[in-house]
Amino acid sequence: MLTRFFLILAMVFGATQAVAQQSSGPLRVTIDQGVIEPMPIAVPNFVARDAASAELASQITSVILADLGNTGLFRQIPATAFITPAVGVDAQPVFADWQIINAQALIAGNVSTGSDGRVTVDMRLWDVFGSSEIGQGVSLSTTSQNWRQVAHRVADVIYSRLTGEAPYFDSEVVFVSESGPKSSRVKRIAVMDQDGANVRYITGGQDLVFAPRFAPDGRSVLYTSYASGSPQVYLHDLATDQRRTLGVSQGMTFAPRFSPDGRRVIYSQTDGANTDIYTLDLSTQTRTRLTRSPAIDTAPSYSPDGQRIVFESDQGGSQQLYVMSASGGPAQRISFGTGLYGTPVWSPRGDKIAFTKQVSGRFHVGVMNVDGTGEQLLTASFLDEGPTWSPNGRVLMFFRETPGPLGAASLVSVDVTGRNLRYVQTPGGASDPNWSRLRSN
Amino acid sequence: MKTMKLVAAAALALSLAACTTADDDAAGSGMLGGMGAGGGAPSNAVDQSSLAYFTTAVGDRVFFDTASSSLSTAAQSTLNLQADWLKRFPDRNLTLQGHADERGTREYNLALGARRAQAAYDYLVAQGISPSRMSTVSYGKERPVELCSDERCWAQNRRTVTVIAGAVGS
Repeated sequence: MLTRFFLILAMVFGATQAVAQQSSGPLRVTIDQGVIEPMPIAVPNFVARDAASAELASQITSVILADLGNTGLFRQIPATAFITPAVGVDAQPVFADWQIINAQALIAGNVSTGSDGRVTVDMRLWDVFGSSEIGQGVSLSTTSQNWRQVAHRVADVIYSRLTGEAPYFDSEVVFVSESGPKSSRVKRIAVMDQDGANVRYITGGQDLVFAPRFAPDGRSVLYTSYASGSPQVYLHDLATDQRRTLGVSQGMTFAPRFSPDGRRVIYSQTDGANTDIYTLDLSTQTRTRLTRSPAIDTAPSYSPDGQRIVFESDQGGSQQLYVMSASGGPAQRISFGTGLYGTPVWSPRGDKIAFTKQVSGRFHVGVMNVDGTGEQLLTASFLDEGPTWSPNGRVLMFFRETPGPLGAASLVSVDVTGRNLRYVQTPGGASDPNWSRLRSN
Repeated sequence: MKTMKLVAAAALALSLAACTTADDDAAGSGMLGGMGAGGGAPSNAVDQSSLAYFTTAVGDRVFFDTASSSLSTAAQSTLNLQADWLKRFPDRNLTLQGHADERGTREYNLALGARRAQAAYDYLVAQGISPSRMSTVSYGKERPVELCSDERCWAQNRRTVTVIAGAVGS
C-alpha cells in the first residue's frame, strides 16, 4: 500500500512537470482542484498513560491531524467510524478493524507526563493492508509548555515516512501583522508556528516595518523599518530583543536576506534614483557592491549553496528576473514571459525559483526552473505577492490582498504543484511571510 | 482636481504679478494673497508663506504615469511654482516623499518611490533650490491617499509630495 502511495505522489509531481514542458506559454494551474485522492488515514485519539496527560493527549492528536490534513495529501477517517476507539503503542493493532473502514495508515500514540513535568509522546505508524509497521516507533519528550512542538515533530515523522519527503511542520513563520485603515496601516513584525499558533510580536507598531527574513539558525530576523524616518535594514536578535542597523549612513536600505551560512546580509541600497545590491559581511563589516547598473536592482535571494544570487531588475526596461554569481559580475536574465516579474526566491532544494508575476492586471505566484524554463503560475488574484518556501521546498506561502478601501492582506499557502490552496490563520491582516528552516533541537 | 489646480495656478500668477512690484521685505513676512486680490476685503488675507497656501495654491504634489518617474509638463509646471515659492521663502526646508500605487511588488515600489522623489529633487535643484534645503524619502506603496482599486485612485497615489518642514506629511 505504501509503495502505491509513493507512486501516486510521483505521478502528481512528475505529471505537472511533463505538462509544463509541453505547453509553450505559462501554465495556469487551477487551484483547489484535487488531482489525487487523499490517502485515508486513521488517527485515533492518543492514549493518556496518566490522568495528568488526558487533555494534552487530545490536543496533541489534534495538532498532528491538522498538520497532516493541511497538506491535502491525507484524509482523516472520522472517529465515529472506528471499531476500536483507542489504540496505544504497546500492542499490535487488530488490522481487520481498520481494513474494514478502509484506513490505509493507522497512527497509534500514547502521551505521558513524568514526575519532572516533562511530556513524552510515543508513536507507531502502521500499514493497515500490509499488516506491518512503517519504520520504528518514536518517543519524543519536551516540557509541557512546548507540547505543540513535539506534536509537530511527530507529524513530521509520519509525513516523511508516508511521502518520502523531508519534513516541514516543526518550523516558524515571521511575517508582518497588519491593522488599521489602508491609508495608514499599522505594521508589526511577528513570529508564529507554521500553523498559525503561538503568535508573538517583535516590534510595537509605532514605526512602519516590512519584509522580515529569518536568519538560518532562526535566532534573529532582518527587516526594514522607518524608525529613523527613512527605510533602513535592522538585524533583530529574538532572544535579547536588541536590534541594530547595518550601519549605512546614506540613502535607504531594504530587501535584506541572509546568506545560507548566515555570515552575510545581502540587501538593496538606494542612492538618489539608483538602487543596487550590496552584501555586508557580519563579522568583518566588509561591504561589497554587487550590481552597478543605473536601474532598480533589488529583492536578492541566494541559491542554497550560496554560489549564485537571483534578483529582480528593470535594467532591460521592465521588472525581470536575473541570476548572477554570488561575487557579482554579469547577470543573466531568466524571465522572458509577458508581464513583470519580482520577488524571486530560490528553493531550498536548489532546483526552482518562486516569484511574483504581474500580467494583464492580475498578480500570480509562480515557479520556474533556475534557467527560466518550465514556468508555472500557481495562483491568481487581484494581488498575490512575496512567496516563501517551506523548509522542504514542497509548499509556498505568500500574501494575498483584496482590492478596495477595505482591502486586507492574508497569508496563503499552496503546494508547489499548485494544489491545496489554503489561508493561514492569523490575528488580523498579515503580509510578507518568511518561512524558517526546520527547527533544530 | 484639475479645476482646483487651475484656480491655484491663476491665483499664484496674480500673486507673482504682485510680487514683482512688492518690497523685498514683504516677501518674508507674508502678503495679501492672490485669492483676496479681487475682493479686496482685508479679512480675506492669505498668508502666502503658510503651509496651507503652499499646499492649496502652489500645489504640493506631482503625479506620474505607471512605473514611470518622468516629470510630465503638468508636473514641471507645479515644480516651477514650488521653486518660485521656495525662493520667496528661503528659510523653508522640505522633504520630497515619493510614492507608488498598489499595483507592484513592495520592494520595487519602494525603489520606484525613491526615483520619483529624486526626479522632483533634481528638477528643483535645476531651478536653483539648494540641495541643503531638501531631503527625499520613499514610501513605496505603503501610504496611499486614495483607497479605491482602480486607475482613478492609482493616478493620485503615484506621486511625489513636497512636505514643507513643520507640515503634516501625506
